[in-house]
Amino acid sequence: MNKNPFKFKKYATSQIYRVRPKDIGRPDEEKPNVPEGIMTKCPNCKKIIYTKLLLKNFKQCDECGYNFKISANERFAMLLDDGDWLEYDKQLTTKDPLNFPGYADKLVKTQSQTGLVDGLVTGKGKIEGSAVMLGVMDAAFFMGSMGTAIGEKLTRLFERATEERLPVIVFTASGGARMQEGIFSLMQMAKVSGAVAKHSEAGLLYITVLTDPTTGGVTASFAMLGDIILAEPGALIGFAGPRVIEQTIGQKLPEGFQRAEFLLEHGFVDKIVPREQLKHTLGTLLKMHSYCGENQI
Amino acid sequence: MDITPWEKVKLARMPLRPTGLDYINQIFENFIELHGDRRFSDDKAIVGGIAFLGELPVTVIAQQKGRNTKENIARNFAMPHPEGYRKALRLMKQAEKFHRPILCFIDTPGAFCGIGAEERGQGEAIATNLAHMMLLKTPIISFVISEGGSGGALALGVADRIYMLEHAVYSILSPEGFASILYKDASKAEQAAHHMKLTSKDLLEYEIIDGIIPEPVGGAHNDKEMVIKNVKGILEEELKNLLTQPIDQLLEKRYQKYRKIF
Ligand SMILES: [Zn+2]
Repeated sequence: MNKNPFKFKKYATSQIYRVRPKDIGRPDEEKPNVPEGIMTKCPNCKKIIYTKLLLKNFKQCDECGYNFKISANERFAMLLDDGDWLEYDKQLTTKDPLNFPGYADKLVKTQSQTGLVDGLVTGKGKIEGSAVMLGVMDAAFFMGSMGTAIGEKLTRLFERATEERLPVIVFTASGGARMQEGIFSLMQMAKVSGAVAKHSEAGLLYITVLTDPTTGGVTASFAMLGDIILAEPGALIGFAGPRVIEQTIGQKLPEGFQRAEFLLEHGFVDKIVPREQLKHTLGTLLKMHSYCGENQI
Repeated sequence: MDITPWEKVKLARMPLRPTGLDYINQIFENFIELHGDRRFSDDKAIVGGIAFLGELPVTVIAQQKGRNTKENIARNFAMPHPEGYRKALRLMKQAEKFHRPILCFIDTPGAFCGIGAEERGQGEAIATNLAHMMLLKTPIISFVISEGGSGGALALGVADRIYMLEHAVYSILSPEGFASILYKDASKAEQAAHHMKLTSKDLLEYEIIDGIIPEPVGGAHNDKEMVIKNVKGILEEELKNLLTQPIDQLLEKRYQKYRKIF
């Protein structure tokens, strides 16, 4: 009865999350499941897109290039050869160090809603043949905020990588610190940065890929410590969030402020890479760092 | 009588409290301030330089609040820009080169939020300090003298020893900011302060800091001399200890100090 296209689109959008990770960026014939939502609306340009097309296009709007959110598992499937990886510390969770009122309940609820234990998935796999340790934040979990679980998992990832002499790639997506873990959350910034520093001291490669949004304590620690810092187009990247800045300075921020292109312009990002080029760019960079003293010209 | 966390927040922010320069001028001799990050400018929210502690040359770095409005405007209320953190790191690297211990006095509501700070990479500046401080081959001691706010405080706080004044606070964010994020209401700051566990006693229990410097009744401003003398005493004692440790051992312990926080 309702012919209002907006309502229809909204319905369709909600379906997108049922798509299996491995369907993204894959040709039709390899895809056994057809997504239930036929159409998806771009939140940026409002174009209505065939969901199938959107998935083949790595969840990028073909009209305006808007990057739809990608879950950590989808990202792993998208990047790693054969969609195959070994996951680490899957069950690692916070100890709720402050015993913060209401936090434990909210954690359980969020875990069952998202199917995640916390906001970061880590593992080992190969990209275009090169072995790599990969960490991917998932903004669906407490807005990607960093608490002790993320800090601990990332630290372990870097320690493993240092031990096994492997490069690390981290995809950031974070609203900042996990408030409910207070000072413990703050200290994760130092802890992870320390593990990054030791990995770097061992002469190993670390690449960060900044995705929308990357802010707060994550920006002020491991996000900005990559030997090479890539970003997705249009991603919001900053220390303070735009609303906080507007409140502090009492004025509107200019268009494009704190977007990936702005950071590139100001010298804080090496390269902006659209999703369809991401795997190959990372694969090439990994190859460029696999020199072992025997390579021929 | 117990002082509530919120009362401590208010105490820690009192303009009468001794500031970074009070400690520097009374603990050390011949302080020579060194300016600028060699990249953009000199951030007056952070003071740094070289001084003598007895006969020992040391590098000292402090976040500096003003004691009145005019001073506070000049010091940007001790909220550093990226160039402040970069100046601090420059001086720390210099200290490492010349084998001087590094002493930091932390007192900031947080790193500054603004257009320039973002354009010049506030996040990158703080991150770089965290990573480099973990590897600096010289002892580092940090004192949270009043307000330790967020990453802006931590950027001077990766150290071998961390002490807090009794009524100082150290937290992920100001209670106002915390309340506006979590309760969507900045006026619930008092309630936030209660749950945040930001007092020196809390942090010592969590083993995030190494010790507390007691304050006289009513707060440090009631007997500055005594408080500063106590800070000096701890400083001397800890330095004696740290300077005898082999550097590899010192760095491993520094790493483990943060590594275990979970
Ligand atoms: Zn679009």
